[in-house]
Amino acid sequence: MTDMTASGASAPVRKHATSLLAQDARTKRRNAAETRFKIYGLIAVGIGLTFLAVLLSSIVYNGVRGFQQTFVTLEVELLAAKLDKKGERNIDDIKKVSTFGYAPLIDTAMQNAVAKIGYDSPFEKAKEYRPLLSASVPAQVRNYVIANPDMIGETVEFRVLAASRVDGYLKGRVTRDSIARDKNIDAAHLDITDALHDEGVLKKTFNWDFVTGADASESRAEQAGIGVSMIGSFFMMLVVLGLSLPIGVAASIYLEEFAPQNRFTDLIEVNISNLAAVPSIVFGILGLAMFIQFAHLPQSAPLVGGLVLTLMTLPTIIISTRASLKAVPPSIRDAALGVGASKMQTVFHHVLPLAAPGILTGTIIGLAQALGETAPLLLIGMVGFIASNYPEGLVDGFVSPNSAMPAQIFEWAKRADPAYYERAWAGIIILLLFLVTMNAIAIILRRRFERRW
Amino acid sequence: MPLHWLVLIVLTLGAVGYIVGRRRAMKSAGGDARFLHSLPAYYGTNVLLVTVVPAILLLIVWLLVQPLVINNQVTGTIPDESIPEGGSLGLVMSDVRRVAEGLDTAIDAGAMSREEAASIRTEVTDVRQRLAEVGVALGSNVRPEVLRAAQQYRSLDATGDLAMTVALLVLALAGFGYGVLRTTKDFRARNVVEKGILALLIGAASIAILTTIGIVLSLIFNTVEFFGLYPAWDFFLGTTWAPSFSGRGGASELGVLPLLWGTLYISIIALLVAVPIGLFAAVYLSEYASPAVRSVAKPLIEILAGIPTIVYGLFALLTVGPLLVDVFGAGGIFGLGWMKGGTAVMTAGLVMGIMLIPFVSSLSDDIINAVPQAMRDGSLGLGATQSETVRQVILPAALPGIVGAVLLAASRAIGETMIVVLGAGAAARLSLNPFEAMTTVTAKIVSQLTGDADFASPEALVAFALGMTLFVITLGLNVLALYIVRKYREQYE
Repeated sequence: MTDMTASGASAPVRKHATSLLAQDARTKRRNAAETRFKIYGLIAVGIGLTFLAVLLSSIVYNGVRGFQQTFVTLEVELLAAKLDKKGERNIDDIKKVSTFGYAPLIDTAMQNAVAKIGYDSPFEKAKEYRPLLSASVPAQVRNYVIANPDMIGETVEFRVLAASRVDGYLKGRVTRDSIARDKNIDAAHLDITDALHDEGVLKKTFNWDFVTGADASESRAEQAGIGVSMIGSFFMMLVVLGLSLPIGVAASIYLEEFAPQNRFTDLIEVNISNLAAVPSIVFGILGLAMFIQFAHLPQSAPLVGGLVLTLMTLPTIIISTRASLKAVPPSIRDAALGVGASKMQTVFHHVLPLAAPGILTGTIIGLAQALGETAPLLLIGMVGFIASNYPEGLVDGFVSPNSAMPAQIFEWAKRADPAYYERAWAGIIILLLFLVTMNAIAIILRRRFERRW
Repeated sequence: MPLHWLVLIVLTLGAVGYIVGRRRAMKSAGGDARFLHSLPAYYGTNVLLVTVVPAILLLIVWLLVQPLVINNQVTGTIPDESIPEGGSLGLVMSDVRRVAEGLDTAIDAGAMSREEAASIRTEVTDVRQRLAEVGVALGSNVRPEVLRAAQQYRSLDATGDLAMTVALLVLALAGFGYGVLRTTKDFRARNVVEKGILALLIGAASIAILTTIGIVLSLIFNTVEFFGLYPAWDFFLGTTWAPSFSGRGGASELGVLPLLWGTLYISIIALLVAVPIGLFAAVYLSEYASPAVRSVAKPLIEILAGIPTIVYGLFALLTVGPLLVDVFGAGGIFGLGWMKGGTAVMTAGLVMGIMLIPFVSSLSDDIINAVPQAMRDGSLGLGATQSETVRQVILPAALPGIVGAVLLAASRAIGETMIVVLGAGAAARLSLNPFEAMTTVTAKIVSQLTGDADFASPEALVAFALGMTLFVITLGLNVLALYIVRKYREQYE
């Protein structure tokens, strides 16, 4: 009581006893504080979940458009006079006609298409229709003609890409206001676009070329696809799987089953736990200095990317493998040793098979991490160029320059044309689909094979 | 011979060795495995291991050493006076290598015969022109001494490759012969094989050490080289970051302080977002939430940790940045005009904070759960409310662990790259305004090393000094965090 009086008037002094059922001011305050605290926690969880929802919905909302592309159905007359002047259908002569030779045919075809739907066009020259179509169209028609020289002279129906801005107009990315100062396209072009769209000549459909295709130059956003970099990622994952699984499992077996307690093992353990926390960009520096500057491995090659990611993934795999080795009860080891197996036989014949599902789960999760990693790939040169060629073979796939999915997304995000942004988002959807699949497999494996001893 | 063929041959030899070794063992035991010391498969494996392992080890060592040796040899032939003003030996050597590769390409393309490539002279032929025809673009005309060095480089390289092939095959065959000859029924194959496998396991475990050594060496060598070109004092205490883009000369100012400040500022904002949210979420999920809510909310929040950072980067650049400009920008809702562009400290910090929430929450969750139930029961039994128990008993008990978790999150934030590359901007400045674009150590490592600058210039080498700084800071934070977490764990286990 002396303390209370000393602390002054703030201390509550009960004049007369109250009922237990009626809360006094202090209890009310405490209960209110309790409720507040609980609400703070709820709000925190709510904010976390909201962020997740916003993130995912913004990915889906922005990315879905990237899978759609505007195509124009065009009847191109393959004029023999332009494409094969000699008329001999000699393939070498036909190849001599460059894409510039094809462009006028396509302009005319576009003019005809507009005339056919009865639209009163303000343009008089065929050339003025060019901004409606992708710059890739002449090459597409040329490839077709080289493959089918017999069709010269006929009129062939093509499904060709519309220009990126026309596509953007239909998707709402490009508006009439935003093209006011755009020298590539006029409002008149957009009027034609509307008319063609109403008639069904110009259609927005699902674009498989985005999933399977190669990257395109900066000015041809409509043509770019993620297929080639997907293959780059695939080869990288092969390297990561092929190196980090055996090395990681071997290292874990040694540390868990054989290693004596000494300085050397301690050193390894400290190193592994530190490597797990080293920023990924530092691994990129290591890759650049060791693999490219020192060992002169080819720059931008999936092999180098795979090596760097292997070093990054190793700690993850080692940690999870050790956990699943530890989960195998000692009675299994004792039984095997008891019937005369050597230590090595015990581990490889009994412990390792029992730990395999856990190891596999850890490996898949490690691979999923590696698949989404970008920063180290930037340093070993997997960005800044156009990944436009499919690898020609197995060896080529490992050593020839390629991009990887996350690097490709970064590359697109950096480009100036906003048309690339929706491709970046769409690329993220594909990347996340891979990650979700991998994690789902890991979870199923764990559920299916997990053993409680 | 291409490398993969060489490896395939060695592996095939190993496979043959397995069969031969097994057969020979069985034969020496008269076809009855009971007379053997070990199981027949061990004899096969023994031959396989002695054939393949030394050969592959030799291959790896050779591949690492050969470029060094050749470099040294060729470097010796380049006269000092042929090094151009302001350039370095490294630059000349990279020219040499480029020309050598160009000659290789020309031979592959059939534009040049082998003899021609070895005897071609700049005095007679325009080498640059010839190489350009096969698609090898050279920056300048090829000087005679560079071409000669390149030709020597190629011939040494070819000799080295030939020697390697021969040495490798001889070693593999020798191993094969040795293994097969040693195979008799009394040979203790299992013991030998198991020792060999144990050695391989130890080798695999040492890769972690090798990686660390590799990181440290690649950072140190290049950092030392950088400090030879640029004073360390100016690097650590300089307040201006202005690398010259031309690539040469002393015009660059490479002070690390603005970058460190940007890193720190963004990390602080990220932690201001992540720590309260993560901590409250962890407390709620571990102390208040029903098992049903917990089993849904916890994995959902942890999804945030599994999303690749490039996704967060794009989210910052294309969603959060424009959103913040709409709110705080010139024509924004409040008409404040604080923010000029989408990329800013705030953008990157906020998004990084979202990324870090699950780190803080799941680590704190583990730590809060590790506080013994008896302490909760004691506090509740004395009449404390649940929130009082959390604040006055659980959090103080869990504090060291939570501090550790926050430090780990901080080290993540400092080392994070993609979010700041895309979301924070590129201008290095010392400013207090969180709505301004700033840049970080990691973002500058990327921008200095992805350009066209050559690796010998201070503008590129500075990235290694930055990497060193980053490595030291994050390592320090990690060690401190692990120390704190471990020390705490010992108290209750």
